[in-house]
Amino acid sequence: MSRNGVVTVYGNGAITEAKKSTFSVKVGLAQMLRGGVIMDVVNAEQARIAEEAGACAVMALERVPADIRAQGGVARMSDPGLIKEIKQAVTIPVMAKARIGHFVEAQILEAIGIDYIDESEVLTLADEDNHINKHNFRVPFVCGCRNLGEALRRIREGAAMIRTKGEAGTGNVIEAVRHVRSVMGDIRILRNMDDDEVFTFAKKIAAPYDLVMQTKQLGRLPVVQFAAGGVATPADAALMMQLGCDGVFVGSGVFKSGDPARRARAIVQAVTHYSDPEILADVSCGLGEAMVGINLNDKNVESAVGKGPTRSGIGQYSVLTGGFR
Amino acid sequence: MAVGVLALQGSFNEHIAALRKLGVKGVEIRKAAQLDTISALIIPGGESTTMAKLAHYHNLFPALRDFVKMGKPVWGTCAGLIFLSDKATGQKEGGQDLIGGLNCTVHRNYFGSQIQSFEAELAVPDLAAKEGGPETYRGVFIRAPAIIDAGPEVEILADIRVPSKKSIAEKEVAELQEEKADSEEKVIVAVKQGNLLATAFHPELTADTRWHSYFLKMVSEEEQALSISEEVLDDEIQPTKIDLPIF
Repeated sequence: MSRNGVVTVYGNGAITEAKKSTFSVKVGLAQMLRGGVIMDVVNAEQARIAEEAGACAVMALERVPADIRAQGGVARMSDPGLIKEIKQAVTIPVMAKARIGHFVEAQILEAIGIDYIDESEVLTLADEDNHINKHNFRVPFVCGCRNLGEALRRIREGAAMIRTKGEAGTGNVIEAVRHVRSVMGDIRILRNMDDDEVFTFAKKIAAPYDLVMQTKQLGRLPVVQFAAGGVATPADAALMMQLGCDGVFVGSGVFKSGDPARRARAIVQAVTHYSDPEILADVSCGLGEAMVGINLNDKNVESAVGKGPTRSGIGQYSVLTGGFR
Repeated sequence: MAVGVLALQGSFNEHIAALRKLGVKGVEIRKAAQLDTISALIIPGGESTTMAKLAHYHNLFPALRDFVKMGKPVWGTCAGLIFLSDKATGQKEGGQDLIGGLNCTVHRNYFGSQIQSFEAELAVPDLAAKEGGPETYRGVFIRAPAIIDAGPEVEILADIRVPSKKSIAEKEVAELQEEKADSEEKVIVAVKQGNLLATAFHPELTADTRWHSYFLKMVSEEEQALSISEEVLDDEIQPTKIDLPIF
């Protein structure tokens, strides 16, 4: 509540200046990325390779998820100097990751003129209970989700784009498939639901009622939805598209493989021609070694997606898988 | 009349949804051979480098250039505007392929990065005269290009005031200074040259369908000129394809 007696729902106590960019402009950029591939890069040279291959955006990082996984330690926002360097090397949009709940990292990224911020579970958590209030920023955000409830909570916090969490840095697509299936499955259940039942459904998935209702009417998430976490081959990418995603993030899959330029190009083509098996077969030929990959059933592999503010009991309820996770 | 939408990457779904609102079926175009089946083409917004790469992989450029040369109506929004222009500045290292046809020079990402993206009410007298409705149009500019130089045969449909030289220049001094130094306070954001229409903003992202119907009129005029019997739209009620809301 402010001094002039006007109650504002969002942006109250915002640190940033007056906002010029509206939600439609934020979602708009994501809409321009549809049907494209966003690639993780760690230096300007890789960014150029990605741009040449036809990536629609790059994610500037210090370490790709596979290395974060291998090296351990606290993973933080990348050096802004590195991000600037990558930004200068390419003309396509540049994204960067901030830790969940670390709004100052997000402010820094906004200040250096990044095009999109990924509030990412790949980095170490900064706040166990809260995500960043993304309404306070002019720069748009993309957030991860495992199910419909989580996706809609992130949208209510101001995310203009959603991606599945998957299991980053493994080269194993199983978690990404699980999460896409969960979101899409819940939406299909929702679509066939009586309007009277939506209130309880919204409570069950712990999501705002208005967004649940909007999702029901649209038959899809109200923002652009990408797949992420474990996509390593053109076939993986096309699978994600056929499951109904708008585009694909490829993290370690490109630059941890034998022939990055070629694989990057193949994945870009696979996303455009996702429903054309002949072209898919064509681009999948002779790509060299794929990234090694990690089996999640392995005992010494720790899952990264388990992370996320859950302590306050806001559940990870999924209708399909049943129960809270 | 079949209107194709280049569906390599970007906002092609949004264009098809806007056409559907006007009762026209949009056809997704991904291969050169599909261009023969359509009488007009929309090149949507998206990343122009990505679309150029994808078009290049599948050898679409010769077919697209022929399509433009045949005088069939083509409309480019944002990335599409870059594609249609004869000359583009601010490109990636090594440049990119263009289709060309529109005698103008376009500057990519003229307004800067995403933080500088904006919405603005544009004065559109020509559009309002033809399509009715209010005198202004809500243009959504996303990392948008702008036309910094246009030939005499290019008809200007809308322009926008650049806030002031300073506010943009301070962000991207090195990159934009030369262009800024001699440019006016106004830049062109919508043009028409013959059967080519181009907009730097995204009519597919707003609920106002006047630009789409403006383009469709260009298409039907062209078809009448060629005395092609206009097929009545077989409006098979398809299950509405799911798409994003308009904010």
